Amino acid sequence: MIRVVLPAHLRTLAAIQDEVTLQVKGKLTIKTLLDELEGKYPMLRGTIREHITFKRRPFLRYFACQEDLSHESPDTPLPEAVVSGKEPFLVVGSVAGG
Amino acid sequence: MSQVRVLVGTKKGAFILTSDGQRKKWNVDGPHFAGWEIYHIKGSPIDPKRIYVSQSSGWFGQIIQRSDDGGKTWHQPGTPAGSPTTTADGTPLAESNKFVYDTSDKTGKPLTTHQWYDGTQHPWEFKRIWHLEPSLTDPDLVYAGAEDAAMFVSKDGGKNWKELAGLRGHNSGKQWMPGAGGMGLHTILIDPKNPNRMFVAISAAGAFRTEDAGKTWKPINRGLKSQFMPDPEAEVGHCVHRIAFHPSKPDVLYMQKHWDIMRSDNSGDSWHKISGNLPTDFGFPIEVHAHNPKTVYVVPIKSDSEHFPLEGKLRVYRSKTGGNEWEALTKGLPQKDCYVNILRDASSIDTLDDCGIYFGTTGGQVYVSANSGDSWETIVHDLPAVLSVETQVFK
Repeated sequence: MIRVVLPAHLRTLAAIQDEVTLQVKGKLTIKTLLDELEGKYPMLRGTIREHITFKRRPFLRYFACQEDLSHESPDTPLPEAVVSGKEPFLVVGSVAGG
Repeated sequence: MSQVRVLVGTKKGAFILTSDGQRKKWNVDGPHFAGWEIYHIKGSPIDPKRIYVSQSSGWFGQIIQRSDDGGKTWHQPGTPAGSPTTTADGTPLAESNKFVYDTSDKTGKPLTTHQWYDGTQHPWEFKRIWHLEPSLTDPDLVYAGAEDAAMFVSKDGGKNWKELAGLRGHNSGKQWMPGAGGMGLHTILIDPKNPNRMFVAISAAGAFRTEDAGKTWKPINRGLKSQFMPDPEAEVGHCVHRIAFHPSKPDVLYMQKHWDIMRSDNSGDSWHKISGNLPTDFGFPIEVHAHNPKTVYVVPIKSDSEHFPLEGKLRVYRSKTGGNEWEALTKGLPQKDCYVNILRDASSIDTLDDCGIYFGTTGGQVYVSANSGDSWETIVHDLPAVLSVETQVFK
């Protein structure tokens, strides 16, 4: 089971209390993970990636296993620890402080 | 007895203020969509339970919310939580926040750039919806004004949006430029006598009129003068802050321009200045009394570089003569040390017999006058900065 952690505003939007769990068929990449996430929670479409280009929104970042994946290709395979559910995939809003 | 609902959009959520027709005791409900910028929240004129919301964030982009029960519950049109994500044939369900500029050849004039602050050309980039204008006759028909400036329409209650590309396709688009707040389409007026006729205003492009429900548009800026432009009387490029009309006199338009209060008596074909005895004619909102088409309200602001009331005194000005002769309305408003601003969409009127006037400030106050502006009371003191105010009256 793949685990995804979302920013508070997106959890509210999708009526999610805690982590999201997903099952992804085939190779797990940033793209296939987000495709599955948006399929399960269609209200999140356009909030993490742009509708048409599927580019990451500029003030969001992706992390997993303490690595910054924000600038990786969407087709980059995600670490085995994310595939196995040991570690979550994090969607994080940048500029957290005041 | 009549009920009044005041819909307030703020920098950190939406609030719904309700009262009876006396407008003395108010219930404050909110924040809805806490933490998000609510540029606009407006109800359908013919179905008061239908309310549309523009919810946005620099991080997460644009969301459209809708209520069908007067603001008790909300959903994103087409994507309610827990519902199927696709149709039976696997087609993704509607995406109510998908605002895509029309660049197809079918429009005839695909337009991809506008003027940037430094005079160079810059690509059109969607940022947010500034204004939502529900139809006067169909609760599922709603128009949206976008930044970067464009007009979209939904005919299915906000599930799907389509650009009315003829506006950007007008051959002046390359001369449009952002105002200090961005290049937003912020005003949409629908002629109640002829819904195919609409007026829009854009900062900083000017005012435009359509006679065919948005297919084609004509700039209506003759008579405007803007000293910041190389040609102060150019066809487009004017920073129009707001336009308003009385529903019974849709040919008479009032305008708060960047500087100057203007009036047109011929549907915008020409404008003349009506600033008259105002102490300053910079400002943002402008409203017309619900029952007296010649009674107009503005809130003068010191200048384009000092966005607060002159002398720290918050004064609404009223003209009962269609402009030029203005009186200050101060009773109940702070007359000392007041340095807030009133944004262009942050005022409204109600249609009760004794017309109510409302406005919200960047300091988070929402004021009401239940007697056409003669005196004012504070509904709520300490909301986040107010971006928009709309009213509904219903039984």
